[in-house]
Amino acid sequence: MDLLRFITCGSVDDGKSTLIGRLLYDSESVSLDVLAALEKRQASNGTVDLALLTDGLRAEREQGITIDVAYKYFTTPRRKFIITDAPGHVQYTRNMVTGASNADLAIVLVDARQGVIEQTRRHTLIAALLGIRHFVLAVNKMDLVGYDEAVFAKIATDYAELTNHFNLPAAVAIPLSALQGDNVVTHSTHLPWYTGPSLLEHLESVPGTLERSAEPRFQVQYVIRPQTAELPDYRGYAGQIQSGEYRRGDRVLVLPSGLESEIEALEVSQQEVEAAAAPQAVVIRLRDDVDVSRGDSIVPLGQQPTITRELEATLCWMSEQPLWPGRKLLVQHHSTLVKAAIPAILYKVNVQTFAKAAAESAQLNDIVRVRIKTALPLAVDTYQENRVSGSFILVDELSGDTVAAGLVEAANSEYFTAPVAPPVAFSI
Amino acid sequence: MSTPHFDYLDRLEAEAIHILREVAGQFERPALLFSGGKDSIVLTRLAEKAFRPGRFPFPLVHVDTGHNFPEVLDYRDELAARLGEKLIVRSVEETIKRQRLREPGGKYPSRNPLQTYTLLEVIEEFEFDACIGGARRDEEKARAKERIFSVRDEFGQWDPKRQRPELWNVYNGRIQKGENVRVFPISNWTELDVWRYIQRENIQLPDIYFGHERTCVVLPSGQLLGLSEHLQLDDDDEIVTRQVRFRTVGDSTCTAAVESDASTVEDIIQDLLLAKVSERGATRLDDNISEAGMEDRKRNGYF
Repeated sequence: MDLLRFITCGSVDDGKSTLIGRLLYDSESVSLDVLAALEKRQASNGTVDLALLTDGLRAEREQGITIDVAYKYFTTPRRKFIITDAPGHVQYTRNMVTGASNADLAIVLVDARQGVIEQTRRHTLIAALLGIRHFVLAVNKMDLVGYDEAVFAKIATDYAELTNHFNLPAAVAIPLSALQGDNVVTHSTHLPWYTGPSLLEHLESVPGTLERSAEPRFQVQYVIRPQTAELPDYRGYAGQIQSGEYRRGDRVLVLPSGLESEIEALEVSQQEVEAAAAPQAVVIRLRDDVDVSRGDSIVPLGQQPTITRELEATLCWMSEQPLWPGRKLLVQHHSTLVKAAIPAILYKVNVQTFAKAAAESAQLNDIVRVRIKTALPLAVDTYQENRVSGSFILVDELSGDTVAAGLVEAANSEYFTAPVAPPVAFSI
Repeated sequence: MSTPHFDYLDRLEAEAIHILREVAGQFERPALLFSGGKDSIVLTRLAEKAFRPGRFPFPLVHVDTGHNFPEVLDYRDELAARLGEKLIVRSVEETIKRQRLREPGGKYPSRNPLQTYTLLEVIEEFEFDACIGGARRDEEKARAKERIFSVRDEFGQWDPKRQRPELWNVYNGRIQKGENVRVFPISNWTELDVWRYIQRENIQLPDIYFGHERTCVVLPSGQLLGLSEHLQLDDDDEIVTRQVRFRTVGDSTCTAAVESDASTVEDIIQDLLLAKVSERGATRLDDNISEAGMEDRKRNGYF
């Protein structure tokens, strides 16, 4: 059985948590004891508040809003799902980015009474920026507009204009009511004019997690050296294949040092294999005794990423403390941690229109394009080419906090003028 | 060449191994919290896959409440010996004496809240900077909110409003002195996933997970609690002998059994597919104290 990870987004009060509650409830994925706890807290009109299935924190129940990402799991006979319930409140956009970074599909909720609003645009564009290609437009609260087909059609058209304008794949639009259960799991008699799939039917049938046909990428997480009497010379480079496929006998480069070798053995779960592919966790052994440490990349000869100490990136700034040009930070590019500086903010992105505007600083939840210089060379691809080797986070050296999500937009090796230094282990 | 197909168990396994290796790469003194229950047993199998033929880059640490099932303690010692890995055991009993804590009273005296004290002591004693645990997000709604790398302050406290964003599979383990990180590699697994993995990997478990005859006291809720010396029984308590198994292995004083004839992992999976009650709902006596029972305990340093 395969897996689909999806995120729900849209404005606060659009009913995201209720929709997830309804999906779980109508697909009979809620246990009796959890239901009993829910019923204990039912509203004065006697209805069960399905949002309480996901709003798990005290403060969320107090305020009736979602503050942090919740993960929920359910399975139908056709597929297994991981739901990321992300907050809709503007203040918590960074948590929406957190959720979108691991999703294959986004359900964008719109309140039928409100239509496409600023937050719809913001969330759609952030999801698109993070590489999501499957969009569902869920026009919710159809019960509050008399299940009017014209209302739905207008919103679907408005949204199609938005996706067209930004060159996004067309969204599948579904009219529904999360509160009443119309078209979430079962088809509704209230919406006879709608002949498409229910939300769950659609989720069960869209293509799932697919490895894109990207070039092979592998980063060393940990060096296995037993140094026992039986295995005195064993050196295995443990890590996860980030993309593509590796085979025994492949000629490879170790980056950033540029040393060449050959894959002598490939191990998965302590078994030697001929080939392995993303997302498998493997151990690679090389034929030559070259210097390899945590953070180094091992890639096939002729398919190397860009080695650079200067790149352009889009940042989702996630800290209350603004970013000013000149700031020094740490770049964590998966298993590599290097010191970095941001000499320039090139522009700020208007998250409603994606228009570029001049910016002196980046404030919380801003999306900015910056230039980054790193103390040691990184092996990167652009985010568009590779969602793994093109992504990184920025970390505040003093507090240790994650202050930004980074997407590599351009990494030009021509920036790179100094000779490649021998690899320096900077363990994290 | 066609892309090989990986099912969701392959993906969950790969994700968990990746997380374990990040712990090994990022921290100086990690530990694996091992209770002898199915989730921590699965963690040891994942650690074998992550680090063999080398040794684990962390010891197994058991916080022994003194109310454990004896079968589980035997299993714990055998497993540590078979793996050839270091096992550290610290006892809640000792903490109670040293810190002059008050033993919980009542008919079913749970030492669960006291575990936190011992856990924080052992973290301090060995200066652990990361503690790997087998908690899953499907267990409870506060857990559903927790990050995979969960930063705790020097008192072990979790602040759900100040969690770090966690992007892609990039895990940030940078901390200040005194802080530590709780790491949950099987966050995205469900109870059923754990059992399917146990089946696929043919992992041996303590006997109490399988149907067996046991003398139990019937609780007012109808739940069955295995009889043990730690319970304070009254004359009118109903004592029965039933065919039961345990869905989760916590303290014998707060972990209820479920009636079951399941004698194999396959039987248990069939049981679960039909189960209408969640794992914690069926078995734990300590989560239902208040709406935010788990959240509050985690805020106080519970793992």
